Amino acid sequence: MTTRPGNGAIQRGGGTLAALAVVAVLAVFPLAVTNATVTTIAVDTLVFAAAAVAWNIFSGYSGYISLGHAVFFGTGAYTVGIAARAWHLDGDTVFALLPLAGGVAAALSVPLGLIALRVRRHTFVVITIAFFFIAQLAATNLSWTGGSSGILAPSPNWDATTFNDPFYYVGLALLVAATAASWLIRGSRFGLQLRAIRDDEDRAAGLGVRPMPVKLAAFVISAIVTGMAGGLWFYFIGQAIPQFAFDPLFDLSVVVMAFFGGLGTLSGPLLGALIIEPAQQWLTLHYTNEYLSEILLGALFLAVILGLPRGVIPTAAEKIAALRARRRSVPAREAVPQAGRAGQAAP
Amino acid sequence: MGRQIYEAIADGILGGGVYALMAVGLTLIFGVLDIINIAQGILVVLGAYLSYTLSVHLHIDLFVGLLITVPAMFVIGVAIQWLFIRPLRGRDRASMSLLAAYAVALIIEGVLYRVFGPNYVVLTASYVTSSVHLFGFYLPDIYLYGFALAVACVAALYLLLYRTRFGRSVRATMQDQTAARLIGIDVNRVAAVTFGIGVAVTAVGGMMFGATSGGFNPNSGYDLISRLLAIIILGGLGSIGGALAAAVFMTTAEALVDIWSPDWAVVVFYVALVLVLVIRPSGLFGRAPARAQ
Amino acid sequence: MTALLRAEGVTKAFGGVQALQDCTVEVEQGTIAGLIGPNGSGKTTLFNIMTGYERVDAGDVYLGHRKITNQRPQRVFALGIGRTFQLTRIFPRLTVLENMLIATQHRSGRARNPLARAGGRAERQRALGMLEFTGIAGHAGALADTLSYGQRKLLELSYVLVADPAIVLLDEPAGGVNPSLIQHLAGRIRELNAAGTTFLIVEHNMDFVMGLCGHVTVLDYGTVVAAGPPGIIRSDPKVLDAYLGVAEEDDDAGAR
Repeated sequence: MTTRPGNGAIQRGGGTLAALAVVAVLAVFPLAVTNATVTTIAVDTLVFAAAAVAWNIFSGYSGYISLGHAVFFGTGAYTVGIAARAWHLDGDTVFALLPLAGGVAAALSVPLGLIALRVRRHTFVVITIAFFFIAQLAATNLSWTGGSSGILAPSPNWDATTFNDPFYYVGLALLVAATAASWLIRGSRFGLQLRAIRDDEDRAAGLGVRPMPVKLAAFVISAIVTGMAGGLWFYFIGQAIPQFAFDPLFDLSVVVMAFFGGLGTLSGPLLGALIIEPAQQWLTLHYTNEYLSEILLGALFLAVILGLPRGVIPTAAEKIAALRARRRSVPAREAVPQAGRAGQAAP
Repeated sequence: MGRQIYEAIADGILGGGVYALMAVGLTLIFGVLDIINIAQGILVVLGAYLSYTLSVHLHIDLFVGLLITVPAMFVIGVAIQWLFIRPLRGRDRASMSLLAAYAVALIIEGVLYRVFGPNYVVLTASYVTSSVHLFGFYLPDIYLYGFALAVACVAALYLLLYRTRFGRSVRATMQDQTAARLIGIDVNRVAAVTFGIGVAVTAVGGMMFGATSGGFNPNSGYDLISRLLAIIILGGLGSIGGALAAAVFMTTAEALVDIWSPDWAVVVFYVALVLVLVIRPSGLFGRAPARAQ
Repeated sequence: MTALLRAEGVTKAFGGVQALQDCTVEVEQGTIAGLIGPNGSGKTTLFNIMTGYERVDAGDVYLGHRKITNQRPQRVFALGIGRTFQLTRIFPRLTVLENMLIATQHRSGRARNPLARAGGRAERQRALGMLEFTGIAGHAGALADTLSYGQRKLLELSYVLVADPAIVLLDEPAGGVNPSLIQHLAGRIRELNAAGTTFLIVEHNMDFVMGLCGHVTVLDYGTVVAAGPPGIIRSDPKVLDAYLGVAEEDDDAGAR
């Protein structure tokens, strides 16, 4: 929202146009670029972008940092794997299992959320970490999850030259849906309550906002998308093994992407994913020592929270607003000792 | 069977002493800085690797090596706090500090992988495998020495906290940072030193862990931190006595469950954690009911 | 005539400290009432109890004929009692307008659909209107944490008022605020009062209280020591006692 009503409509219209343009570009991308390495990275990026947007819907808007979303990602992966094997599915029909992956993740998120959301913010982080360990342990030890060797995906039965395409388009669809959900939530009454909870939960409660249902709803929505992303990823890479389906680096990656782009903004996680994931994949390809990406990711995160704590997009928006304000000659307003700068609201 | 149970209890208590030491460090950091040092697990592993390096490459005895590793870990702790935690400002400080610690943990893990590789190593010494015959049981020497050392360290910590001026500053800061500042306590220094102490104890914990774990590698940090977290949440965040009690309780419980089923023994920690969170989130001795903030 | 808001015989202790002891305070409808007393006399505790942020040990709180003792803050708010805090509480990362919409969202008929756009047109008009009234409408689109201290106080007042409460409890509204803003505040309060809103104000600024309030209650050590029009209160020796203390008080320490 801007301070001048007229501009708001133009801004909104412009934003929608830009979004459509981006989607159009992304849609034709695999037709234009056929290099398998590139499209593989692209699919991976789409999966992580969806996961980052999903994570942001909960953690970004509510301020409760979850380091356990890998639980939903892995659950989604295993759901698709187990269901595909049990119902003997392959080919395109496996994609139909994605909603199921989302559903199972959602079902799991309800009891987890009810337990975890009752406590203070940083105990919450610790609890999500604990849930993560439990999930990984369960996946390793339970027989119906295939134990430490995990589950294999059915082989896709389409053309090898455009192998990545179906995954790409499903991923794109998921990302678009996730972003649309994030945008809807942000502008809605529900989203307002969520963000008020982030700023001052007690005061919000005193004004009639009910924290638990609101937080839980965001948690569940976030889990659904993350679960679906996990399901897609499982089919794409062909297997689900405990330490990769439930990978601590997953959560750190998603967190870094969201923070980098701008926690709690709409496009922040997207931007973060679009920059960081391809970079990470490229590094893994060229420097086979995978531990390097761990170190770099950690270092990048530290750099972000120490140097650019609000992320790229809010900082950029602020700089642009400051530039604009300096260009216009600002007349002396009411004599308030420290005049508050009319900054732009985060996009 | 009865004999096994007594043995398990003895092992549990002795092992618990060491976990207690690491957990106390963690809860101390929480009490003073209000952050959860999620890197504590990997720092224990780092301590273990430091002892390993001294032992294997310089042939320094494990316990003697502590004279080097403890100060070294102290310095590392202070550095981490000073560089990555102190600069964090703003309303989300607590969460950001936790995330910063998470990032540091992953960096350290990566570095350890690069330097030492993924292979399992052990700390060895004559007293690691020898044991003493006491009351009809065989108690491994290393456990006894380690327990004694842990007790000595906790006693030293207690003396530091309750008998020195610095300790008073720490306790004051734990209660009210602003008030502490107002009476002239250099809160930044207290924070840095406390963090350093909290990490320094991981040197001892690391050596013990390395000697008794039966093999460790950089990946071992996850298991450790999950146990430590379970311990301090059960004991109550910020309660040193709680950390002690919870540590001994948990390791004993695990040792007992281990008799019946080794695979599920480690689950004891998590089950206890979830139960605590559902029934009484503030833990056994924690601060007032942890209300969502 | 039944008072609009009444705390009757309220007693509250925190550990060993008796914050309120058999305290009875009444606010008549349509008045601007003041609540004063030295630091630690229990004013904010009384506010907390009236608005549900603390539970009583004994005694009751009434809104009109309705007993509202120990009701939760959101219920009290929904019943028409608004309240500001000593340490101003706003939502810093929401825009000023969004801050307002939080206060109105529970009353809007669109509460059924959580995905509806936050704040319908009527709601927004009301919110902007209130912001105009308090004087910060120019910042409607700005993030609340860009506001100065005085502007934040106005915002907090605005969002409490926009919910159309029957009575507003103000906890030190003039604290730390420059004189011209204090006048502005006093003027707004008078205008709202003329339109029917009742006020209960805790303040240390005597000019502000005495100039604005028609009825003043004085608390000391958790009990009411005096109540009446400002002129009477100003010269009541018990009140001076409470604030300044008396030399012989050291001997009578046990009597309190």
